[in-house]
Amino acid sequence: MTYNLECPVTGYKGTDVVTKAHGGGGKEMQKLIKEMFTKAFPYLQSKYDAALLKISDPTQMVVTTDSFVLEQLTFPGGNIGSLSVHGTVNDLVMMGAKPLYMTVSFILEEGLPMRRLKLLVSLLARAAKKAGIKIVTGDTKVVECSHTNPGIYINTTGIGFEECTKKQVPHLNKISVGDKVIVSGDVARHGMAIMSVREGLELDTPIRSDSAHLCFMVDGLHKRKVFPAFMRDATRGGVATVFNEVARDSKIHIHIDEEKVPVDDDVRGLCEILGYDPLTVANEGRFILFVRPHQAQKVVEILRQFEGGEQATIIGEVVAEHKSGLVTAKTLLGFEKIIHMPAGELLPRIC
Amino acid sequence: MKFVTEFRDKEVAEGVITEIKKVVEEIKKNLKIKLPIRIMEICGGQTHSILQYGIHSALPEDVEFVHGPGCPVCVTPIETINLALELAKQPNVIFTSFGDMLRVPGSDENMFEAKAKGADIRWVYSPIDAVEMAKQNPDKEVIFFAIGFETTTAPITSAIHLAESDGVKNFSILTAMVRVPPALEVILSDPECVIDGILAAGHVCTVMGTKEYEPLVEKYGVPIVVTGFQPVDILSGVLDVLKQIRDGRFEVENAYGWVARKEGNLVAQELINKYFKVIDRKWRGIGLIPMSGFGLRDEYKHFDAEEKWKNIHAQKEPEPNKYCGLVLTGKIKPTECPFYKKECSQEHPIGALMVSSEGACAAYFLYNKDTPAVAKAMAGKGRN
Amino acid sequence: MCLGVPGKIVKITGNEPFRTASVNFGGAVKGDISLLFCPDAKVGNYCLTHAGNALEVIDEKLALETITLLQTYST
Repeated sequence: MTYNLECPVTGYKGTDVVTKAHGGGGKEMQKLIKEMFTKAFPYLQSKYDAALLKISDPTQMVVTTDSFVLEQLTFPGGNIGSLSVHGTVNDLVMMGAKPLYMTVSFILEEGLPMRRLKLLVSLLARAAKKAGIKIVTGDTKVVECSHTNPGIYINTTGIGFEECTKKQVPHLNKISVGDKVIVSGDVARHGMAIMSVREGLELDTPIRSDSAHLCFMVDGLHKRKVFPAFMRDATRGGVATVFNEVARDSKIHIHIDEEKVPVDDDVRGLCEILGYDPLTVANEGRFILFVRPHQAQKVVEILRQFEGGEQATIIGEVVAEHKSGLVTAKTLLGFEKIIHMPAGELLPRIC
Repeated sequence: MKFVTEFRDKEVAEGVITEIKKVVEEIKKNLKIKLPIRIMEICGGQTHSILQYGIHSALPEDVEFVHGPGCPVCVTPIETINLALELAKQPNVIFTSFGDMLRVPGSDENMFEAKAKGADIRWVYSPIDAVEMAKQNPDKEVIFFAIGFETTTAPITSAIHLAESDGVKNFSILTAMVRVPPALEVILSDPECVIDGILAAGHVCTVMGTKEYEPLVEKYGVPIVVTGFQPVDILSGVLDVLKQIRDGRFEVENAYGWVARKEGNLVAQELINKYFKVIDRKWRGIGLIPMSGFGLRDEYKHFDAEEKWKNIHAQKEPEPNKYCGLVLTGKIKPTECPFYKKECSQEHPIGALMVSSEGACAAYFLYNKDTPAVAKAMAGKGRN
Repeated sequence: MCLGVPGKIVKITGNEPFRTASVNFGGAVKGDISLLFCPDAKVGNYCLTHAGNALEVIDEKLALETITLLQTYST
């Protein structure tokens, strides 16, 4: 009897997709942490389960958490990686805090191509570096995927240090009748950016998202000794949601001049054909400020010096106290209407 | 935006409003004309614009808008929505719809909830996108929820035309399209009708022309003016109606002639007529109106979702209350319905007119005309 | 019922009757607008679009005349 003693060598070079093994805590996950995450995040304390942080005064610590669950991992002007940094940082910055540290927890869907993950991780790292926030600890889990386009969910926790004194720190109680309402830039960009690449709606020139961190702008205000009574970034639900939340929680009547709210032409054009009100469309790099009237013009001038703040405008004022909160707007014709809290999921109209 | 911005010009709008006030003063000298003058607008798009720009506040006290049955979302019967939900849950079905319909509840749930429970429901911008979806998913059945007036019947027709030309077998529509003139007939023929003038929908007339309204003005002696949707369009339509009332005329006038031709779009009409025939249709809140809808012709029934899924039936739902119909036909204001803002609200709509933001009740609710606190807050401001 | 928006045709592709246009809506240019109902539409025309279809070519002269007439009320 003769035997064929050949043993074919496989061409397998290792996985190019995320598998359940990468979330299993074993060799594959260790490799992922070492070769991808530690390389991308220079401050990652990967040898420990938790990060030891230095903070000069723990009573001044500010914490936020956020999750990012986009269907599209990249979009014109941004991606889920940078979005997760900007969203986290902005929550801290709106409180007057300096962003210091961030945790990043990934839930990866099985089958996600490794090179995609690597790209998003590097974009996240780049955004963190630009915003001056250090990613210090993280987690990875892998879940089964029941559809053909495996994605990634990101959860973050941001930690900041409140640099403002009690007098300077923004607070809902500090808003007064007569305060001016300022928007930091043109609105509705992010929501329409996502729409402009949606299948069936593709624009020849997609709209770019406004996704950005707001650190420099707020820092710019503080350096010039301007401390707004209150600030909030406008995200899902648009500026209309911010107006309604603040009016309700501060018990005030906010009145806006609709014509003054800046909207870029291409954004307005897409809003028109889909029947969207720009005031209700998502942003990711714009904020609303409530400032004393004598400071309003100075605030606008400061904001306009920064990228993203070119169209900062005074758009309204706090006109009265109001026990359940009210937001009204002056329409084009000079008449009044109420701006309501937008409905949950915003959809385009045919009517 | 060209042909939009000019018709949103504040100065032009103010000029037309001044003219409206002059004409109203002239009308008041004629004691035979009853006040207030009620002008019905019959398009959800017109309602939206009126509220968006506060046009209702611009009119003098003696002129009122009545929001007519111009919202296809509002007039789609609950049993049709229930059927849509049943179809959406069938295996291998991708159910597509305009965004407007996704939030409208059937008897037990809305499309959002059905999607959350596993139905493949997707919104599309154009019915043609649904045909493309069918081509890309040959192993699925794609159904499109075909609601709308004559305006939307045109794009729905273009989708059917494309599907027919390209031999797409896995595409069908659930027809729920309606026609404006028969609904107007119902309203105007009512002995208790209080409508003094009508703003007809400019985009419906872009497709169908203005000729369908001639018999109505002849029969009922009510002025009908076709308008566009920007504030200046609507105000100039109101002005034209008031001038006719002042002069004792009643005719069809076209204030949107640069878009809507008298004969309409003949290519569109021919194609609509090729694939669809006029049928009786039930309107939520009004009931069955003869010859008020479009249905697929027999030779194109292969595109009819109800034919394809003959065995699927949805439970018929009785009308919630008679007040919807009274508001829909302009006989009472939303505030005069006993359920308004109590059992029936934006969060829990019972009736047709609360479900969509163009419905009369939703419009009132959103713009809170009836809240004393708000009225006071607005009155005290003097910011005109 | 009729969210229709005017836009300028900047490009036309395809053959009759399934020609489609790229239409500029004040800066947002959207392609795949069906010209099925506007067989005479040309690049440079303004058209009224609804749900992905051009419903009619706008009569620019009449639009200008109308707005000019309405402007007289404010003088």
